[in-house]
Amino acid sequence: MGKKGIETLVGFFVLLGIVGLLFLALKAANLGSFTSSGGTYSVTAKFDNIGGLKVRAPVRSAGVTVGRVASIALDPKTYQGVVRLDMQRSVQFPSDSSARILTSGLLGDQYIGLEAGAEEKVLAAGDVIKQTQSAVVLESLISQFLFNKAADAGSSSPAAPASGGKK
Amino acid sequence: MSSESLPTKAELPKADTLIDIDHVTFGYDASRTILNDVSLTFARGKVTAILGGSGCGKTTLLRLIGGVHAVTKGTVRFDGEVVDARNKDQLFRLRRRLGMLFQFGALFTDLSVFENVAFPLREHTDLDDTMIRDIVLMKLNAVGLRGAAQLRISEISGGMARRVALARAIALDPELIMYDEPFAGLDPISMAVAANLIRTLNDTLGATSLMVSHDVQECFSICDYAYLLSSQGRVVAHGRPEELNASDDPEVRQFIRGEPDGPVRFHYPARPLAEDLGVKA
Amino acid sequence: MTNLVQRVGQVALEALRGLGHNATFFADLVRNVPTALRRPYLVVAQVHAIGNLSLLIIMASGLAVGFVLALQSYYALVTYGASESLGLLVNLSLVRELGPVVTALLFAGRAGTSLTAEIGLMKAGEQLAAMEMMAIDPKSRVLAPRFLGGIMAMPVLAVLFSAVGILGAYVVAVRLIGVDDGNFWSIMQNGVDVWRDVGNGIIKSIMFGVICTFVAVYQGYEAQATPEGVAHATTRTVVISSLSVLATDFVLTALMFTH
Repeated sequence: MGKKGIETLVGFFVLLGIVGLLFLALKAANLGSFTSSGGTYSVTAKFDNIGGLKVRAPVRSAGVTVGRVASIALDPKTYQGVVRLDMQRSVQFPSDSSARILTSGLLGDQYIGLEAGAEEKVLAAGDVIKQTQSAVVLESLISQFLFNKAADAGSSSPAAPASGGKK
Repeated sequence: MSSESLPTKAELPKADTLIDIDHVTFGYDASRTILNDVSLTFARGKVTAILGGSGCGKTTLLRLIGGVHAVTKGTVRFDGEVVDARNKDQLFRLRRRLGMLFQFGALFTDLSVFENVAFPLREHTDLDDTMIRDIVLMKLNAVGLRGAAQLRISEISGGMARRVALARAIALDPELIMYDEPFAGLDPISMAVAANLIRTLNDTLGATSLMVSHDVQECFSICDYAYLLSSQGRVVAHGRPEELNASDDPEVRQFIRGEPDGPVRFHYPARPLAEDLGVKA
Repeated sequence: MTNLVQRVGQVALEALRGLGHNATFFADLVRNVPTALRRPYLVVAQVHAIGNLSLLIIMASGLAVGFVLALQSYYALVTYGASESLGLLVNLSLVRELGPVVTALLFAGRAGTSLTAEIGLMKAGEQLAAMEMMAIDPKSRVLAPRFLGGIMAMPVLAVLFSAVGILGAYVVAVRLIGVDDGNFWSIMQNGVDVWRDVGNGIIKSIMFGVICTFVAVYQGYEAQATPEGVAHATTRTVVISSLSVLATDFVLTALMFTH
């Protein structure tokens, strides 16, 4: 096999590698869907409890992915979770938009849902989203449920001794 | 050559000596010394043979001259310059002036005959392809294998491989050509061819040749001078072929004549036979 | 008793000496890389011998692993109603772990042994000594190009393994089992990060390439010049490469993929 033949085959080998890499990057991963939108801008949101939110979780509005969670940190003064979001430059949100931490599906990953507000001014880079709703914590839900159940039981049986001060 | 006095190396005027081995001792590890205080000189332009039994350090001597290993004691001088195995630059310069023919050729099996001979030219010179082609064909012609240039190494016989290796060894027209057992395993015709080539090349190139061999007859037919090494790594005798043939030193006679028993014993040291067989002596 | 201690000490010292020898050899090899790069054809020829000639086994294995992974994962996921995530599971398994590791193991077996045997036999046939005598350093002419060739070929092979595996999984999942085509790709795309998953996988495969090729070249160079010597050397290449790859994989996974 001549010199030229081997070089051609190696060129083919490298080409195959590039094609495989492109396939993995574009078709099988999230590269194609995001960075083509011309860059991002960052905004922050503070939550009392971020639940199971992870970095790189999607930010969705009306179900459409419009950004990603860039970082999560703890504010040392207010003890709130500070979440930095990278928003697609092509989408603008009013400055009074609200952010909630939602779960996709019943047991799925958590993401940030953005609901657009009514203000004319839009969120610029570095702005803080003021209206936030923390993640639903299962234990709080259960204890609230039990508490309500107990309250109902107490109000429907006036002879119950434990229900002091409930009337 | 009398055996009473310690054999000194051949006394030659300085300018006539290409290689000077001066009281060299060497061993691969501390427990085994291969060469014990040996001194040899190799005259410029002559064919010198190094004879001896297996394991007496002949090939090691070639390696020391080529700077593959560093001597434990003594010095090796190439053209007046001390060979320092640790000095890479010096070795590089030195090795370009010598060519070595390995025992079975040591050809590069992934290259063709042509490419093997062209190898040193491509590596050490900037000559263009046409010049290299001419030189390679001339070298192959000198060894009689110009027609085999396109063959692969797997397609040539042992004798041919030796000749290709020889063509490769002389590709850069070296001053010193070293041959490691050039006649081993060859048929009588190939042996005669090899001997003829060694002598002719030496004379036409004006080079110095060193042959390491067991084959006394072939060596004596072409060499100008010979050294005989013993299995203890010492120089037993040296001289011109006629002188060695006429020697009455028992060790020299045993080797030259090829006698099965003499100073070099036939039996490996062992207990008496009767003891081994359990028979009452 | 003292004999035992002495033996243990001896073994330990031998191991240390071996490690040191390995390290100096590695440094020597790396030092010779720039010289090898000045002869690009040598490296290209090695990429061919190491990479191109491994394509068949790598891609066939990738396909087979993709098939089996899809099938087995389906049965596991369907009990949780999560069969739509099949693509994601297969992709992450391949790209993060199986691609680099299985490719490295196959590489050690196919290309590693071939390198070791070739270099060992070159040494036995005095080819390397002949080169030295011709004032050409065998480390830069023979060893360094092979080292570079292996490092370049490995990531390409690992990427192809994963890519073919995903395609194989697609065929089994969507065409045979009936997982939804759109979901297969979209859930996968949402869950796989190019830099974290694909990128880290490639970094792993580059490191495995360095390990496997180095071990192969070293064992070949240090092999005893006899048939048994070469046989032992090839066995050592496979065993040492495989164990090193698995150990390194553990460390790298811990570094790359834990929060």
